[in-house]
Amino acid sequence: MTRLSLGKHGKAMEFLQPTTLAEAIEAKAAHPGAVPIAGGTDVMVEINFDMRRPGALLDLTRVPELTCWEQASGDGVVRLGAGVTYARLIAELGGLLPGLAMAARTVGSPQIRNRGTIGGNLGAASPAGDCHPVLLAAGAAVQAASVRGTRLIPVAEFFLAPKRNALHSDELITSVLVPRARGPQQFAKIGTRNAMVIAVCAFALELRPARVGSGDEGSVGTGIGSAGPTPLRAPAAEEFLAGVLADAGLWESAGPLPDPVLRRFAELAAAAARPIDDVRGTAAYRRHALAVLARRTLAWAWDSYRAGRGASRCG
Amino acid sequence: MRVTMTVNGETMTADNVWEGESLLFVLRERLALPGSKNACEQGECGSCTVLLDDVPVCACLVAAGQAAGRQVLTVEGLRALAGQEQLHPVQQAFIDAGAVQCGFCTPGLIVQAYHLLRHSRGVPADPDIREALAGNLCRCTGYEKILDAVRLAAGRPGDAV
Repeated sequence: MTRLSLGKHGKAMEFLQPTTLAEAIEAKAAHPGAVPIAGGTDVMVEINFDMRRPGALLDLTRVPELTCWEQASGDGVVRLGAGVTYARLIAELGGLLPGLAMAARTVGSPQIRNRGTIGGNLGAASPAGDCHPVLLAAGAAVQAASVRGTRLIPVAEFFLAPKRNALHSDELITSVLVPRARGPQQFAKIGTRNAMVIAVCAFALELRPARVGSGDEGSVGTGIGSAGPTPLRAPAAEEFLAGVLADAGLWESAGPLPDPVLRRFAELAAAAARPIDDVRGTAAYRRHALAVLARRTLAWAWDSYRAGRGASRCG
Repeated sequence: MRVTMTVNGETMTADNVWEGESLLFVLRERLALPGSKNACEQGECGSCTVLLDDVPVCACLVAAGQAAGRQVLTVEGLRALAGQEQLHPVQQAFIDAGAVQCGFCTPGLIVQAYHLLRHSRGVPADPDIREALAGNLCRCTGYEKILDAVRLAAGRPGDAV
């Protein structure tokens, strides 16, 4: 399964092409420097531009185990194989994971969405990765496998620094475990146009309504993209909103959200960001835009919660 | 390494392929199929769009080895589908609508439009055409004529694709 030859730059590169997950994991153990490649939408750019010359490429597109998704029975968690493409998130998972489908919808172009995968998005660990805010908001976990075994890494602990993740050199991402949506989810992204943009900033929101009689008072999840060295959560905003919704009985009444609540949530969300000035935007703009996105996504999500509860709307 | 794939219905083999080489490089430089254009090399422009197992992809972002054993359709293959004596209806529509200016983006747009039309019934709605072509850049600002060309190909009597 390996072949070796010299490239146009005289550097040898191996092309590893496993056809089972077990083979893939063994290959990664034997070649810890091998760069996994699926859709190639990040890796090939680096190779085309001579920014990276790995000793080996580990092609994961022939590993069938990675391309499946399933809803594990009972526990309400969807297991997404690392090789599930953005196009399939949109076509197949809009019902179970609407926030992720929304984010996937904003990635690149049709050609990119046909190739790029959720595992690749995580592996690249860009602060601007579009899936990341949604996975943070949902409290997802990354499953990593090596010859030593498998482990689950909470997404909140997965991103270490720009383009650095928590994987060990012998590990591959095999799947992502995402709790099924049990309330409204939203995702919004700022870019210079609608297609082919890397986020200037992005925000994901998930509402997990209280469950009467279960002691579950409801909770809120958030994720911030492209406004910090890694994707970030906004814990203060989550706690504030969850507190207001529970204390004011809003889950129960499905009444309108007071404007000061929207405003405060937006302030706290923006305050959680750690943006910098770069070619895509200034730190100040990103903070401002995040507040707008947080307020907007909350208004949309709350509207859809109210609609789902059959609440009436006047004016 | 040696890479064998089916391109435009024909089994083709390229030798001495470097492991980091793109499908686009193999098509253009080793298999004498320069129809797919090399521009941005980062998936931004869509000029190198081909169908890989009937899915539109940027050939510059597919490692050559990933295409081994797969089916590839390039703009040259569309011509072959139409019979060598004439252009494919999507190609003809681009000419008739004046959608070709410098021509560099045209092959990618034609492959993408062909895929859209083959998976649509009747004339696709404008937002669907725009969405399908969102990853294909034209710097001659010919988008209106390009949309005309897609509508023209879709609306012509008989099965345009």
